[in-house]
Amino acid sequence: MSPQVEVQLVAAVTAVACALPGAFLVLRRMAMMSDAITHAILPGIVVGFFLTESLGSPLLLVGAALTGLLTVALVESIERTGLVREDAAIGIVFPILFSIGVILIARYAGDVHLDLDAVLLGELAFAPFNRLELFGSDLGPRALWVMGTVLLLNAAFLFTFYKELKLATFDPVLAAALGFMPGVLHYALMGMVSITAVSAFDAVGAILVVALMVGPPATAYLLTDRLDVMIGLSAALGVANALIGYAAAAWLDASIAGSMATVAGLLFGLAFLLAPERGLVAQQMQQRTNTARFAEQMLAAYLCHPQTRPLTPEAAPKRLYERFGWSAQKTDAVLEYMCERGTLTRRNGAFACTEHGESLAAHAMPLSSPP
Amino acid sequence: MDLLHALFSDYTLRTVALGAALLGIVGGSLGSYAVLRGQSLIGDAVAHAALPGIAGAFLLTGQMDPLVLMLGAAATGLCAALFVDGTARSTRVPYDSALALMLASFFGLGLVLLTYLQRHAGASQAGLDAFLFGQAAALVMYDVYVMAALGGTALIVMLLFWKELKLLSFDAAFARSVGLPVRVLNGLLTTLLVVAIVIGLQTVGVVLMSAVLIAPAAAARQWTDRLGIMVALAAGIGAATGVTGALISASVRNVPTGPTIVLCMGAVVIASLLLAPQRGVLWRSWQRRFSQAETPSHPPDQNARTPNVATDPTDL
Repeated sequence: MSPQVEVQLVAAVTAVACALPGAFLVLRRMAMMSDAITHAILPGIVVGFFLTESLGSPLLLVGAALTGLLTVALVESIERTGLVREDAAIGIVFPILFSIGVILIARYAGDVHLDLDAVLLGELAFAPFNRLELFGSDLGPRALWVMGTVLLLNAAFLFTFYKELKLATFDPVLAAALGFMPGVLHYALMGMVSITAVSAFDAVGAILVVALMVGPPATAYLLTDRLDVMIGLSAALGVANALIGYAAAAWLDASIAGSMATVAGLLFGLAFLLAPERGLVAQQMQQRTNTARFAEQMLAAYLCHPQTRPLTPEAAPKRLYERFGWSAQKTDAVLEYMCERGTLTRRNGAFACTEHGESLAAHAMPLSSPP
Repeated sequence: MDLLHALFSDYTLRTVALGAALLGIVGGSLGSYAVLRGQSLIGDAVAHAALPGIAGAFLLTGQMDPLVLMLGAAATGLCAALFVDGTARSTRVPYDSALALMLASFFGLGLVLLTYLQRHAGASQAGLDAFLFGQAAALVMYDVYVMAALGGTALIVMLLFWKELKLLSFDAAFARSVGLPVRVLNGLLTTLLVVAIVIGLQTVGVVLMSAVLIAPAAAARQWTDRLGIMVALAAGIGAATGVTGALISASVRNVPTGPTIVLCMGAVVIASLLLAPQRGVLWRSWQRRFSQAETPSHPPDQNARTPNVATDPTDL
């Protein structure tokens, strides 16, 4: 495999691994926990680094994952005092942990290679250089194996506890009443997020982890109402995100992680505008249709009322302005719309409802229709 | 004593301490609103979103003047804040997801611009490090003047609109019903926050900026139920911890200023959460023990509830 393909593969696998827990983070309103955890694991990485003196040790991952869980526990214990809100608790805990990490590095790791930038920003372009070798044979980039394992772990967790996670996400009270222990599930999910973030940090960096955990699921959330579809869409969008981001980075000769994170935002922007049903355009169109339908019903009900005098085209603008406050343009538009839809017709030089129009009127004013 | 003496005689230390104090005052007072409105983490998103603005301002003007860079930072920061608001208001995507997404994608865009600059315009990597983690030691008096001018303006605007912002923070529905332009005021408050964040980037950096907004305000909240006192207290705590952090990092070798300031703020928050009268965790448990010890003659009542504890302490 060429290095370019390997980079894209690592990115795609990471994207799917992040999208799986990410979907639940978005639904459970805990997206900012991904940001907090990716930053707060720094002291765990540093301490693990001091103990093992290598950045490649699995112990590092364990240390960092534990720090991630510590972050969650600290945030929860502060929040539970009832003295500050959850978001404030998050915003206090992770900078403190991050500060401890930065100070540890500045004081004790000044002359060893532990690059802060790399932790935060990652450099995907370097992923192919760090190979996994077993018995002297090259098995491919280490990051690919690590992220592949994490992906399998996440998928297995999701598959095993899908029902429980779903219930605990949408109805935590019922989940608790049925004995599904939402608290335990919460920590398990957070553990998943920690492990994913930690494994991904040296390949893609903290910022891209946040982008991949929140971006594709938030986009998918605008496109579907079903949890299983949302998770599948998130994974697919994550892969697309990785590939488009890589292509853009190669074209601009710029940061790969940065470009992928930008694409995550752009994809969301597209869905925000164009999503069927929930997109801005669709909602505007829906609103226009609703307005037109309402006007149609009003006019039909008015015309069908027994006391309404015949409405001639000449008298229509004045009468409808007095009656409904419609401008001449609006009157024209409504009349044209109704003729097109076949709810209005001309009879003896005046407007009258067709059968379809009469049924609309009866629907709008059920009491005024004749018995 | 030496340290105190150095504070007045040493140029670098004095500059850093002044900058940190200013930042503490502005961040603490404006952060109070963010904390009260449940939008604490907006600072994190805006701070990250400043990167494309800084890179873009440099790309467009070719200048490293802090004022130009800060304006660029404020522009994209404000953009991100508006996007977050718009997303949370007009879609079902929750507020925090919108925050995290804008944070990451704006920062990603900044990275793209920055790496593009480095590879095509020959800019150095040094700027990014300073931006991420702050570089308080590199502050010069000119930076402090810029900070003072921008921060001072923000504080004056806050005082001018004191009544309106107070109403907005506690009862937005009522504010709307009495005819206040709620959306304009929202935008104003967001702009003020963006100013506070932008002037802090050089001192504490992107990652730690949110703590400067949240920590003093969250600590001050524990000691009072009045907005005026809370804002003043938060400003005081911000200034005091800023100066303390600057002094500590100056007197101990190899300790960066930004993280030290944040740790000082964290210590004050923890102390406040534990000890604050009426609300603090330890205070409440002492009070409970005391009230139990005071009434030994009564049989223990299963339904008795501890008095004097506010039902929902997060609400003022």
